[in-house]
Amino acid sequence: MRDLSAETRIGLEALGLRIGRNGGTLLDVPRLVFDGPGPTLILGPNGAGKSLLLRCLHGLIKPDAGQVRQDGAPLGPAQKARQAMVFQQPVLLRRSVAGNLDFVLRRRGMVRATRKDRIAALLAEGGLSDKARQSARSLSGGEAQRLAILRALATEPDILFLDEPTSALDPAATLAIERMVLRASAQGVRIVMVSHDIGQARRLAADAAMMQGGRVVEHGPASEVLETPKSEAARRYLAGGLIL
Amino acid sequence: MLLILQGDAELWAIVLLSLRVSLMAVLISAVIGMPLGAALAVSRFPGRRGVIVLVNALMGLPPVVVGLLVYLMLSRSGPLGVLQLLYTPTAMIIAQVVLVTPIVAALTRQVIEMLAEEYSEQLRSLGVSRLASVPTLLWDARLALVTALLAGFGRAIAEVGAVIIVGGNINHVTRVMTTTIALETSRGNLALALALGAILIGIAVAVNALVSAVSLRAEHEGLTHA
Repeated sequence: MRDLSAETRIGLEALGLRIGRNGGTLLDVPRLVFDGPGPTLILGPNGAGKSLLLRCLHGLIKPDAGQVRQDGAPLGPAQKARQAMVFQQPVLLRRSVAGNLDFVLRRRGMVRATRKDRIAALLAEGGLSDKARQSARSLSGGEAQRLAILRALATEPDILFLDEPTSALDPAATLAIERMVLRASAQGVRIVMVSHDIGQARRLAADAAMMQGGRVVEHGPASEVLETPKSEAARRYLAGGLIL
Repeated sequence: MLLILQGDAELWAIVLLSLRVSLMAVLISAVIGMPLGAALAVSRFPGRRGVIVLVNALMGLPPVVVGLLVYLMLSRSGPLGVLQLLYTPTAMIIAQVVLVTPIVAALTRQVIEMLAEEYSEQLRSLGVSRLASVPTLLWDARLALVTALLAGFGRAIAEVGAVIIVGGNINHVTRVMTTTIALETSRGNLALALALGAILIGIAVAVNALVSAVSLRAEHEGLTHA
């Protein structure tokens, strides 16, 4: 289905990542490689370290040990500039909907006329054209998250991280977000998304990573991880998920 | 009341001078206090906690003491005596700036620190460094900052101790509403004192109404944290 060739996408690699607190281990990822073509979903129960891993990959948290490599190079400002992240709770600037996009485009040095066109195109893509002048903080949860994704895409990232972007949304809003994610993926953006929704993983993921206790217990093609999991942890999690 | 209605020239000159001095003082305090408060909110250095406590404490400076200190600075034998600013509106502005700047800085620090916490990861994700985030934070906190400035204005316009010391309450030169009220009351000229008192209260009410209107709008648009 999603047969975009892998070489159009930037590869991402985590090596020996470790974060500990008070003698315990919060994150312990010896080696994790994202080089497949489609969206990657990171699954696991609360406290498994999914969000922590995502923040390490994005450079928001510096691990105690290990490193992240992007396209073969260690994560630095140039690499981070090619990444974007969408948070569980969208953090929108206290400006208009268009103003939130303009903020990012202006930072990228785009001239006013070009910005205007780009904003219009982005808003149309997210179905927010009629809300351009409205205060971003007055959007509904689903609209706010759509705007957060548009703002992330406005940076034209090679890699887009999403941290449970739909966990607070209803099915219709979730579907709209998933469509945007798939569209971005089809355009060549590497998607790395944290979720605890197994149905969502089935709908989106080309490959899936299962986390538990700060470790990646399983990573492979989504069909294998989700349908015929090898690890006991993944089997338990999927079983629990199916009952839900 | 008749004085107000008749548009007594002397009375309005006093009111205008009061407004001019206090608005100027608030403007200068904003230029100094807002970047200072914002920088304090986002920066991390040893002793930062202490500086915050100090700025917060300066909010409660006794006006009379500020008046005395500014007087000593500006008096003929003081370090700034050559400027010959004592007993001028400029001296009154300086005294009010000293009183209002800590208020603006402390309230700005509070507002910006909360906002910075909320924005922190998002701005870092977008590649905005801590210090580069200050203009963004100031702009996004604009409505809360207007409230801070109005609070500063309220303090400046109602203040009497400092301006009477450094201004000298000279007729037609440095006589403002509060100092006139103090003087005319002691002289038994209650009509003028009452008229000015009514205007001063009117300004206080207007400023407060403005503050609540602004915060109501802020809340409505989801611009505040509450």
